[in-house]
Amino acid sequence: CSHVLSLLQVENVKLLDRYASRKAASGTLYLTATHLIYVDASAEVRKETWILHHHISSVEKLPLTTAGYPLLIHCKNFHVAHFVIGQERDCHDVFTSLLKLSQPVKHEELYAFSYNPKMSKESREMGWKLIDLKLDYQRMGIPNDSWEITDINKDYEVCSTYPPEIVVPRAATKAMVMGSSRFRSRGRIPVLSYLYKENNAALCRCSQPLAGFSARCLEDEQMLQAIREANPGCPFMYVVDTRPKLNAMANRAAGKGYENEDNYENIRFKFIGIENIHVMRSSLQKLLEVCEMKSPSMSDFLTGLENSGWLRHIKAVMDAGVFLAKAVREERASVLVHCSDGWDRTAQVCSLASLLLDPFYRTFKGFMVLIEKEWIAMGHKFSHRCGHLDGDPKEVSPVFTQFVECVWQLMQQFPCSFEFSERFLLEIHDHVYSCQFGNFLGTCHREREELRIFEKTHSLWPFLLQRKQELRNPLYRGFTAYKELQPNTLPFSFQFWCGMYNRFDKGMHPKQSVLERLLSCLRHSVTLEDSTAQLEN
Amino acid sequence: MEFAELIKTPRADNVVLHRPFHPAVEGTLCLTGHHLIFSSRRHDNAEELWLLHSNIDSIEKRFVGSLGTIVIKCKDLRIIQLDIPGMEECLNIASSIEALSTLDSVTLMYPFFYRPMFEVLEDGWSSFLLEQEFEHLSSVTNEWRLSCVNKEFSVCPSYPPVVIVPKSIDDEALRRVALFRYGGRFPVLSYYHKKNGMAMLRSSQPLTGTNGRRCKEDEKLINSTLRSGRRGFVIDTRPLNVAQQARAKGGGFEQEVHYPQWRRIHKYIERFHILQESFIKLVEACNDQSHNMDRWLSKLEASNWLTHIKELLTAACLAAQCIDREGASVLVHGSEGTDSTLQVTSLAQIILDPRCRTIRGFEALVVREWLQAGHPFQQRCAQSAYSNSKQKWEAPVFLLFLECVWQIHRQFPCSFEFNEHFLILLFEHAYASQFGTFLGNNESERAKLKLPQKTMSLWSWVNRPEELSRFQNPLYEANSLVIWPSVAPQSLQLWEGIFLRWNRPSRFLEEAEEERINIIKYNKELQAKVNVLRRQLAEMETDGEVQEEE
Repeated sequence: CSHVLSLLQVENVKLLDRYASRKAASGTLYLTATHLIYVDASAEVRKETWILHHHISSVEKLPLTTAGYPLLIHCKNFHVAHFVIGQERDCHDVFTSLLKLSQPVKHEELYAFSYNPKMSKESREMGWKLIDLKLDYQRMGIPNDSWEITDINKDYEVCSTYPPEIVVPRAATKAMVMGSSRFRSRGRIPVLSYLYKENNAALCRCSQPLAGFSARCLEDEQMLQAIREANPGCPFMYVVDTRPKLNAMANRAAGKGYENEDNYENIRFKFIGIENIHVMRSSLQKLLEVCEMKSPSMSDFLTGLENSGWLRHIKAVMDAGVFLAKAVREERASVLVHCSDGWDRTAQVCSLASLLLDPFYRTFKGFMVLIEKEWIAMGHKFSHRCGHLDGDPKEVSPVFTQFVECVWQLMQQFPCSFEFSERFLLEIHDHVYSCQFGNFLGTCHREREELRIFEKTHSLWPFLLQRKQELRNPLYRGFTAYKELQPNTLPFSFQFWCGMYNRFDKGMHPKQSVLERLLSCLRHSVTLEDSTAQLEN
Repeated sequence: MEFAELIKTPRADNVVLHRPFHPAVEGTLCLTGHHLIFSSRRHDNAEELWLLHSNIDSIEKRFVGSLGTIVIKCKDLRIIQLDIPGMEECLNIASSIEALSTLDSVTLMYPFFYRPMFEVLEDGWSSFLLEQEFEHLSSVTNEWRLSCVNKEFSVCPSYPPVVIVPKSIDDEALRRVALFRYGGRFPVLSYYHKKNGMAMLRSSQPLTGTNGRRCKEDEKLINSTLRSGRRGFVIDTRPLNVAQQARAKGGGFEQEVHYPQWRRIHKYIERFHILQESFIKLVEACNDQSHNMDRWLSKLEASNWLTHIKELLTAACLAAQCIDREGASVLVHGSEGTDSTLQVTSLAQIILDPRCRTIRGFEALVVREWLQAGHPFQQRCAQSAYSNSKQKWEAPVFLLFLECVWQIHRQFPCSFEFNEHFLILLFEHAYASQFGTFLGNNESERAKLKLPQKTMSLWSWVNRPEELSRFQNPLYEANSLVIWPSVAPQSLQLWEGIFLRWNRPSRFLEEAEEERINIIKYNKELQAKVNVLRRQLAEMETDGEVQEEE
């Protein structure tokens, strides 16, 4: 790392390994503008540990030990690094520097604005055009007789957190859209998320209605009717509130709430009961405490896993996704989904249902489209949920992590149905927090425009596509092999994801990687194919 | 006895078979002396289900009107349901199954009646003789000898006729040591670590009693495995207090005064009914589909099954570590030396010895460390997780061993020549089989039953090329390393292949296995093709040169 400008350099630093009993490494710690770099001098082969400042979620000074001054660093990608520094002064310097470096205050300080991969302006711009949501709607057959893409939100008059272009029923008039917008929390009106071409059932999403105890909105009722009528094959539609009923009822007192079945024609209303962001945050916290226990017994671990509630929440999200996919596929019913604001749980379950219904979303390109469409474009507040900037810790929540985990759980049940491997998921998860690319900055499309993300930063996707060979799933059977996935959601079908939450504890992972072995086999086969071709000539 | 006497209704029509993840099918049920056979002749695809009576762990019957239902729970953990019209037929069939699945006499078991439909290429009964193992050992060391002191099974009834012992200890000394060890199980060689010449011995507990009896020959025997000035380790699979209490009943442990060169480590491994209860609880949890997540996790935890797995692996790692890392010899025993002792010594060999990770090597390990070493299979595997009889000698000791192998396999997926199916196969055959391999409790009983003459060996069947191919791991690449598994809870998983096997659809996992096989196969074929082409090219070039010279 000699070529990287170092802000601070501390010698004689130890990096403790939680699991290996061997002697702690000893080396030099460097702080650069973007990374903490630790170089292990004691190893025969030069070993470097890089930690991106943006990945750091907390830095703690622990009580002095005989070995020196310990500094414990927790990262958002679940890396835990335990350093011991010889001098108190050095330790304090590293501590204060890291606090500052890991908690940027302004967007402009984020890595994406300084990241320079030496790429031409044209390629950078091409990179942003790689994912075109219009093409995805085209794939669904939209525009068609029932659905249209409208730019009604181009000035963000309907909804400030929606993209300029949204898909609504052709029958929805401007008055209906504007009226519904006033009746939905933050103007997040019902829009199309996914159209199941086989039977015209649509998956739609919105935020909670401002119904209170008795308020109604004619335009909103008409809007739902338009959605229902866009699918003539089914006489009713589902309205799914993904919150626990109690939470939704509490919201009524605040003038929000949920749809009254009496006011909307032919709807079937249903609660699904996924907990809110605060419950999820604390659940993850508990899970991580379990993962970090020093030599826990089996009972400690399983009890801790149970008490964290983490897998219960993962199952709840999965169950909801399965319910939506089933309603669309089997009951041929359109579904409108919301939670409170419609940007957390709603994003989780809509994207999961799409993934279950459509094999395209299980390809590299399709998964990128899915994340762009259901998460980025529809205003999942990545900046707040991931804590990109120094801000309200109560806004931070592992909503996206849960979605990624649900996808991983599906991979365990359907090993041949995804084009990409676990590595691709981990790579995306890393970059959601890394702020190295512009995709996940800010909270919504409007904000990203204001930040001039598209002019000043790079898009992640082309970089990942370049690495397709190492991120692919060697077992993938192709696009047509599996259509819909119908996962088993009995509790025993869910596993603890060691590769995510204990990812950096290499000692816990299988010592030989089947994935690596198969990928190298495939690479070898390609060179052999070349040799055969050459030899045969 | 005639089986016919037990079969009052040999056949019932219009029986409906229910299995998880299969549509119900109607067909004919037949009972024979050893099998329950269900066949449906519906459609074009005739389907048959053959179930060994000895595989049936428990049956339940209930009636709705005159329609009877029998729920059959098998030792391989499968559950099937048969709807049988007619109360009398149903009662008859149920009582026949009950009688036929609980035959008292071993000689009435199916292996004595089974006539193989395949050609025997190699008689499995003589595939794994200790003499061969000794030959292999002799090529690297001359410190050991084969002893026939037990050839009449008179010194130790649960040992095989030949054993490997230190060369310096004569048969007379062995007889004395046998009197000092529980059940006559004197220390014998379990494994020799070629890398550093260290040995792993196993035995039963010493009979020191309350007055601290000693046996000079015993001390001499185990000391002879030590390098001068080096210490050895005794791994006692009982907790200290249990070992101490054992003295009151005549048992005991190696006391420091008499074994100054040995350090004793107590590494507790759970036994008998505790394991059986754990097994029953786990299977119950896996079969109850009404659980929510919290209940499932708490039942999984409460079963303690994975705790036993972790403890067992930890003990095996400890033994392996003493040998490979500390360069010390090890003696392993618990009380009888027929259960936890064998779990530890055989798992340590999986870790240390690459030979044990091949198919033949693993078979040899099972023969040597389990069958010949006198693990009482017939007692331990008489019933499985559904049995109501709470006999205290039943325990899934062998299954725990197989699962630990699976756990290591999962962590080192390229280091084993065999696949998961091979382990499952051994589990099934240990509990119910057409082969005689797992009958009897030790070699002495097997000799009395004349199993090698009267029954077919599992190895005769499984080692035929057409069967073997099903059990090969496509990812296998031989490696000579010691493989250290992680025993962190995060690294251990429920063995789905056994416990969820009948509770979830397997299609997608099977397809993944097919893909893995195809990828490797394609690669090998290409490699072969390239090699042929290269050779042809080289030949053409030399031909060309020859022509030019002409």
